[in-house]
Amino acid sequence: MHTKEKTSTVVVRLIIAVIIAAYVLFPFILLLINSGKVTADITSNPVSLAGASFGQLMTNIKAVINDPNFLFWNSFGSSALITVLSLVMLSVFGAMAAWVICRNKTVWSTIIYFTFIASMIIPFQVVMLPLISTFRDVGKFIGIPMLQSVAGLVFAYLGFGGAMTVFILNGFIKGIPYTLEEAASIDGCTPEQTFFQIIFPLLTPVITTVTILNGMWIWNDYLLPSMMLGQNGKVMTIPIAIQKFVGSYVKSWDRILPAALLAIIPMIVIFLIAQKQIMEGMIEGAVKG
Amino acid sequence: MSTFSTGRKVASFASLILGLVLAIVGLALSITKAGDLILFTIPISGKATPVILGRGTMFICGIILFFVGLYLFPTLKYHRAIINIIFLFPLLFAFAVTVIIPLVLGIGYSFTDWDGIKLTGFVGLSNYLRMFNQKSFLWSILLTFLFVVFNMILVNLVAFLLALLCTSRIKALGFFRAAYFLPNLIGGIVLGYIWQFIFSNVVTKFTGTYSMLSDTKTAFIAVIIVYIWQYAGYIMLIYITGLNTIPGDVLEASAIDGANPTQTLFNIKLPMIAPTITICTFLTLTSAFKQFDVNLALTNGKGSVQFLGEYIANGTEMLALNIYTTAVINNDYALGQAKAVLFFIILAAVSIIQVRISNKKEVEL
Repeated sequence: MHTKEKTSTVVVRLIIAVIIAAYVLFPFILLLINSGKVTADITSNPVSLAGASFGQLMTNIKAVINDPNFLFWNSFGSSALITVLSLVMLSVFGAMAAWVICRNKTVWSTIIYFTFIASMIIPFQVVMLPLISTFRDVGKFIGIPMLQSVAGLVFAYLGFGGAMTVFILNGFIKGIPYTLEEAASIDGCTPEQTFFQIIFPLLTPVITTVTILNGMWIWNDYLLPSMMLGQNGKVMTIPIAIQKFVGSYVKSWDRILPAALLAIIPMIVIFLIAQKQIMEGMIEGAVKG
Repeated sequence: MSTFSTGRKVASFASLILGLVLAIVGLALSITKAGDLILFTIPISGKATPVILGRGTMFICGIILFFVGLYLFPTLKYHRAIINIIFLFPLLFAFAVTVIIPLVLGIGYSFTDWDGIKLTGFVGLSNYLRMFNQKSFLWSILLTFLFVVFNMILVNLVAFLLALLCTSRIKALGFFRAAYFLPNLIGGIVLGYIWQFIFSNVVTKFTGTYSMLSDTKTAFIAVIIVYIWQYAGYIMLIYITGLNTIPGDVLEASAIDGANPTQTLFNIKLPMIAPTITICTFLTLTSAFKQFDVNLALTNGKGSVQFLGEYIANGTEMLALNIYTTAVINNDYALGQAKAVLFFIILAAVSIIQVRISNKKEVEL
């Protein structure tokens, strides 16, 4: 910036950047062109455009989109429903809990806060087996299925995402002046009015951050839904659908690749729309988390 | 006190009582195994179809109604405390049911002969002894540590170099940042299959030999490559943020003093982003330890290897996948749970040690 750089240095740097970008994007490009080919062309020459056509791409996609092992629209719908419901519940309940924990300096709030922080180190593997049996037993006990249901999965995401959500929100709420709440209280606001009408709207930027972090995790998560929903359950998410699909079409790349393409399109579209927010949100989350 | 209308008082007490009754009846129906409550039957096309009020629905509605009553409770003094309880309850309840209870149960189950559904008795440490006699499990531990070490170094190195590139003067900076970050958006399962295609169909075209995935050593390298490809862009973003916090006048001063770019890098930039390095090391360490999706989709743990005088078939299986296979595929829940508890202990110990070391280093720098 302050030192003058030689033009050659700048050019070399640009070339390096382009080469790396080509390497990073290469799998996506390969995925796209080979999704539009027949098997013979895929195996004989995967790196060339030969044999790839838009018409073939459509044919391949049509062949997989309604496949009983994939059911793209169903699994897309379930994934979207689960992700959106989990994100809304995490944001609202997370903010409510974080606000109470932050604004009450009691022994209890400190204990709850540190339990949340400590729990972030717990790997999913250590709780997953008892979790499934607990959910199965509770579901049988009260007569509402907790496994193989959207509601059960959303409840589980509320539990697993809660700690990180509260941690990040808590850091933000600390920065909101308490005098604001005192003023509202003097003006006759009840605590719940203060929260929903004054504090919650102020949390918009940080709620965006946690929504992005949680959204990427929940949308792409495989292990938790596969344990709770099972491979052959009524509800399938996209990662489960892909896993099941590949299992039934071993090495049939003209089926697997279009399916993978379909699976990544929603995420890519969202990224292209909200690129800036997503990248900023990821950084915020990492630096605070 | 006349602060509260009679209507509110009535509503509050009515909800509290009705809520409690509903919840208790729901629970009682569950405990006595009486089943759901049949309200009445209506004949639909000649058949008597019962209209059912589910015991679970009753219980949940009861609890919600109870909280509504609590919310309306005519008190000024305790209103804040009531709001605190209502606000904390949903998240804490979900957290307790999904994390705390399973964790406690899980640690307990690891000392029993639990089979995923029921248990018949305590077996002491026999699950733990059993897993240390499994050579394939010992291999998984070793492999996981190797993977973590390789990745911690390589991901941080690659990400830092990318960050240097992306903070220098360059055209289309935004495009390059977004492109490098892109793989991070895609889930490990889908990624794993895309790369499986590349390793077994594309790379072989260039090397003209067998697929990298068919040999244990090269398959392990393949997992590392995919992991770096996926994760480096994310870590790069954090390094970029770190590098951008270095004040411009510091860099200016070093330039005036005649520092060359290498000196600036090692004597100014690296020490100043020490906190960022700590964060990134922590993130790469914990996420590499927990690696599961790519491992499952790319190699599914397969690969033969000779270890401690025995041939084992799961040469590329890391800890997280080993636990899953033990419990879910081989149906040995107690053993899988014991392995998971050990996994938890290792992860906790390593994270704590890493944070300690980094904090010391940060102070020294």
